[in-house]
Amino acid sequence: MTARGLLYLLLVVFVAYYMLPLFVMVITSLKDLDEIRAGSLMSPPDRVSLESWGTAWSSACAGILCEGLQPFFWNSVKMVVPAVLLSTLLGAVNGYALSQWRFRGANLIFALMLFGCFIPFQVVLLPMARTLGLLGLAGSLSGLVLVHVVYGLGFTTLFFRNFYVTVPTELVKAAKIDGAGFFTIFLRIFLPLSPPIIVVTVIWQFTQIWNDFLFGVSFSQAGTQPVTVALNNIVNATTGVKEYNVDMAAAIIAGLPTLIVYVIAGKYFIRGLTAGSVKG
Amino acid sequence: MAEPDQSVLAIEKLSKSFQNTAVLTNIDLAIAEGSFLVLVGPSGCGKSTLLNCIAGLEEPSSGRILIGGRDMTGVPPKDRDIAMVFQSYALYPRMSVAKNITFGMQVRGATRAEQKSALERVSGMLKIDHLLERRPAQLSGGQRQRVAMGRALVREPRLFLFDEPLSNLDAKLRVEMRAEIKRLHQRLGASIVYVTHDQTEAMSLATEVAVMEGGIIVQRGPPQEVYDYPVNTFVAGFIGSPAMNFIEGHIRKDGGAVRIEIPFDGKTMAVPAEHYPFVGSTEDGTKVILGIRPEYVTGRDRASGDEEVSLELVPTLVETNGFDQHVNLAFGPAEISGRFSPREQIEIGTPLPTRIDLSQMSVFDRKTGMRL
Ligand SMILES: Nc1ncnc2c1ncn2[C@@H]1O[C@H](COP(=O)(O)OP(=O)(O)OP(=O)(O)O)[C@@H](O)[C@H]1O
Ligand SMILES: [Mg+2]
Repeated sequence: MTARGLLYLLLVVFVAYYMLPLFVMVITSLKDLDEIRAGSLMSPPDRVSLESWGTAWSSACAGILCEGLQPFFWNSVKMVVPAVLLSTLLGAVNGYALSQWRFRGANLIFALMLFGCFIPFQVVLLPMARTLGLLGLAGSLSGLVLVHVVYGLGFTTLFFRNFYVTVPTELVKAAKIDGAGFFTIFLRIFLPLSPPIIVVTVIWQFTQIWNDFLFGVSFSQAGTQPVTVALNNIVNATTGVKEYNVDMAAAIIAGLPTLIVYVIAGKYFIRGLTAGSVKG
Repeated sequence: MAEPDQSVLAIEKLSKSFQNTAVLTNIDLAIAEGSFLVLVGPSGCGKSTLLNCIAGLEEPSSGRILIGGRDMTGVPPKDRDIAMVFQSYALYPRMSVAKNITFGMQVRGATRAEQKSALERVSGMLKIDHLLERRPAQLSGGQRQRVAMGRALVREPRLFLFDEPLSNLDAKLRVEMRAEIKRLHQRLGASIVYVTHDQTEAMSLATEVAVMEGGIIVQRGPPQEVYDYPVNTFVAGFIGSPAMNFIEGHIRKDGGAVRIEIPFDGKTMAVPAEHYPFVGSTEDGTKVILGIRPEYVTGRDRASGDEEVSLELVPTLVETNGFDQHVNLAFGPAEISGRFSPREQIEIGTPLPTRIDLSQMSVFDRKTGMRL
């Protein structure tokens, strides 16, 4: 066998390794409960039924509320969109200031922000809860947005700083002589350079925030739980029969947005990670 | 304000240090309206820092800068009535050429009509009208250079600052753009401070040269004066290509006669120095360095003047460039270089009759390196 053949074999094995769980989830979600109990894990459904998807979306019981994932899904959307936008925008301004306006202490501030990236979630739980309480944001979606913005800032700043640091500092000098100030230079010159790194940051932040469970479960209350927490409540429900098909459908629904983001913007992600800021 | 001899730019006792390293020390400099001052010096001597201080991009640690007689301390770059061209051009990458040129006007709130007419004027002058819709990435190096100059020209500033604007261009384009900058200067009568580490560029552009070394202006004057009368061995070696020959010797005073004695081939060669314009008085026995430019070391058919010595020297290296032969000649343990006519037959290792014209020599103190 040629080396190339071997390579392909290896690739197929890896693909199978990653795709099999998804495959099982999808086919399980399309079966009805009888078939799940009777048949094998791998066999495709005899009759395709979308009933479990409907249940998962609109009538499964998460805790005491039996309206499916739907309300929680929208909670997540309402949390993710502002959190991603805010953290990306602030990261861009931070990165621009840190890389192009080398003020006194810029390196120290950057080092501290980097350190922030490596602080485990668990460490900030209690101080964060206290802060949210003092701000009157405990249990609210705004509170969750704040938490994610603050926690994400280290990463977004890092991304943008490392991108902007490759821009020659003469650009800012030229613009200063032209009479532009801090924000004019940012908006007119640096932001237009940034689509590649914005894509990277948005994907990163979207995935992080959408998939987060710990902050979601810690800082939300009945009406404000994100979809991950609801999924957990559905899957871990202790009463009644275990509806594997509903669980699987719910899990796929909860994971779908990040999947879609990757499919749509994945290639820009790679491009953005490898792109320099100023060409030529 | 209305002093009679007002200079466009006056720098008074300017010093600049970063953290604790002094980069500029006690710079005094004034330039008159319409002059083309070239700051030249080796890499890292503080040229860009000085230019940035003038532009207001760096704050001096002490001293002050006046532009058009106005104290610029605390005045932001945009209000200094200057424009600057950078080595990397610093064009705004996502803007068209036209936008790059008018950005400053737009920020200052000029009307569309004003922007348009300024753009037309400048793009015509620089012959970039056909490029106005392009992005910087779609331009060649020379075109980018023009756009960068256009951005400076629209401002019609009191003072232009250039920071090595030609060093990213290839040799041929550099010579072309150099001539173009010179023409612009002549045409507009603009006042220019121009930074370069290329002494040829300095010589050919400047109405005045300031040679910098280690954060100090070592010598300043018209190019020819700096070339003919370098104040120390650094300037002597830095300006001129190929570099000035340095020959060690010492001063011998005999009654009224002054000679410079040079040990050579076990003998002593005496160079008369009666006509040499010594700066101060000299003492018998002072160790000196004699500086002689290569063009004064020539062959039989070229030399002239009465202050010359004739020698036979052995060539060690010959480089031809078409209009000259640059020849390295063994001179005792050292070498000197000379310029010979392209018709002269020169063979490595065969002694060559050589004449050295001493009328344009320089004499430096070997201890201090200063001109005597
Ligand atoms: N922001 C800064 N912080 C610390 N040191 C600096 C800074 N900017 C410049 N220097 C130092 O000041 C000295 C002069 O720098 P400058 O850029 O003025 O040199 P230059 O003469 O323009 O050199 P080149 O010909 O290489 O451009 C250098 O030794 C440099 O390392
Ligand atoms: Mg420089």
